[in-house]
Amino acid sequence: MIAIFLNRKGETMKVINYSQIVEETKIACMKMATDLPMDVQNKLEEMRKEEDALLAQEMLDIIVENAKIARCENRPMCQDTGMVICFVKMGQDVRVEGGSIEAAINEGVALGYDEGFLRKSVVNNPIERKNTQNNTPAVVHYEVVEGDEFVLEFAAKGFGSENMSQLKMFPPAAGLAGVKEFVKKVVLEAGPNPCPPIIVGIGLGGTFEKCAMMAKKAAIRSVDKENPNKMLAELEAELLDEINSLGVGPQGFGGKTTCLKVNIEMYATHIAGLPVAVNINCHAARHVKVVL
Amino acid sequence: MEQKKIQTPLTHEVLAGLKSGDQVLLSGTIYTARDAAHARMVQALDENKPLPFDVKGQVIYYVGPTPTKPGQTFGSAGPTTAYRMDAYTPRMIDEGLVGMIGKGKRSDEVKEALKDKAVYFAAVGGAAALMGKCVVKSEIIAYEDLGAEAVRKLEVKDLPIIVVNDIHGNDLYISGKEAYLESKGEK
Repeated sequence: MIAIFLNRKGETMKVINYSQIVEETKIACMKMATDLPMDVQNKLEEMRKEEDALLAQEMLDIIVENAKIARCENRPMCQDTGMVICFVKMGQDVRVEGGSIEAAINEGVALGYDEGFLRKSVVNNPIERKNTQNNTPAVVHYEVVEGDEFVLEFAAKGFGSENMSQLKMFPPAAGLAGVKEFVKKVVLEAGPNPCPPIIVGIGLGGTFEKCAMMAKKAAIRSVDKENPNKMLAELEAELLDEINSLGVGPQGFGGKTTCLKVNIEMYATHIAGLPVAVNINCHAARHVKVVL
Repeated sequence: MEQKKIQTPLTHEVLAGLKSGDQVLLSGTIYTARDAAHARMVQALDENKPLPFDVKGQVIYYVGPTPTKPGQTFGSAGPTTAYRMDAYTPRMIDEGLVGMIGKGKRSDEVKEALKDKAVYFAAVGGAAALMGKCVVKSEIIAYEDLGAEAVRKLEVKDLPIIVVNDIHGNDLYISGKEAYLESKGEK
C-alpha cells in the first residue's frame, strides 16, 4: 500500500529522504573544513588593505594564504575542525521519510569527518571526556515554519572561539550603553585567544536560552549583508568601529582588524530584563547552507 | 619583516637573543602535547616516573592535528589555545622545557616561570593547512590512545612562529596593543 500525504490545502506534501539528509550533511562537513566561505575571505582581503600595522598585515596575509592552500589542496584550514551545529528550518508541509532528521544529521557528520580526514573533537560528556570517535553528536536546533521549505544551516565551531563567549542577564536600566560596554569587555577579555580577526554574534533580548541561540545564529551569518533592521544595522556598524579601535588586531599582536563583522539578532523580552549574549566566531568562520 | 632562523634544541644563547615580536622560522625536532597529555605527564612527575621524552632544551607544540590524508606527510596543524596548559607549564619549565608554541595569553604564573628560562611562541591561529606543510616527519611516541592528543615527535622545517613572551619578561600581547594605540594617539 502506498500512502499519500496531503498538506492542509489538499496538495501532495514534499518528501525528503533520510539518505538525502545524510549525504548533504556529509558533503557540508567536508566542504566546511577546507573551503572558507568567500564572503569571509573577501572581507579579510578588503580589511587587509586598510590595516596599517606591519605585523598585523603579515598575519592577515598568512590567514588568506592559508585559506587558499586549504581550498586548493583540500586540506582542513584549521586543525580544530569543530563541533557541528545545524539549524534545521522545516516547513510544516514537509515529510521526512526513512528515519529521524537528527539520526540522519549524525550519520552524515560521522561519514564526513571520517572520509574527510577531519579531527574528531567531540567527547561523550564533559566529565568523563571519552572521545566518541566520530565527532557526533552534532548540536541540532529546529525551527518549524509554514510552507514546504527544508533548509539545513551548518557551522563547524572550534572551541578556541566558542570558549570565549559570554552571556549576561542585565537589568533594563543597563540600556544600550550597558550592552555596548559588555560586548567590548568580552572582546577585550578574549584578546588573542579566539584567533582574531573575529566575527561577533550578539543575541539581544528573549530569555536566557533564546538569547544564546540568537548569538550563535548571528555568529554564523554571512559578513557581507547589512541587517535588514535599520536600528540593528546602525548598532552593528557602531560596535564594529568601537571594537576595531580597541587595538587587539589580528592574532592579538596589535592593529585595526580585530573584528570582521558584528551581527545582531534581536527578540522581544520581559519588562524586568535585558539579556545579552556574545558568541565569538574565529576567522575560520565555517558555515554552509543547504536548501533541499 | 626579517625572520630569524633557529634550530632545536634551543640553547640559552639562542633564547637570550629572541625578543618579543620577533618572527622566527623554527626547524628541527619538536614534540606535540596538549591538555590530556600534559595532565598525564605531570601525573608521571608526581609519581616519580619518567616523562615520555626528555624535555631539556626542547620545544612543545600545543597542537591536536587532523588525521594525515593518504599521500600527505602530515595533517593540518595549527596551534591550540595555550592557557589551558597554564596549570602544568611551570612544572615543565622546571624539568628543563625551554619553548612552547601555542596561541593566546598565558597566566602571570607562567610568565614568571618563563623569565630567563623559556620562550613562549605563538603560531598563527587557524593557519593549520600552511603549518601542517612544514612538518616533514612525524611519529607517535606516547599516549597513542589519546588520538589527536597523543604525544608526537615532529621534524619541522621553517615553521613560522612569533615570539610572544621572551626570557626578558616582555609580552607581545600587551606591548603590541599598546604600541598600536599609541600610534593612533589613543593612549
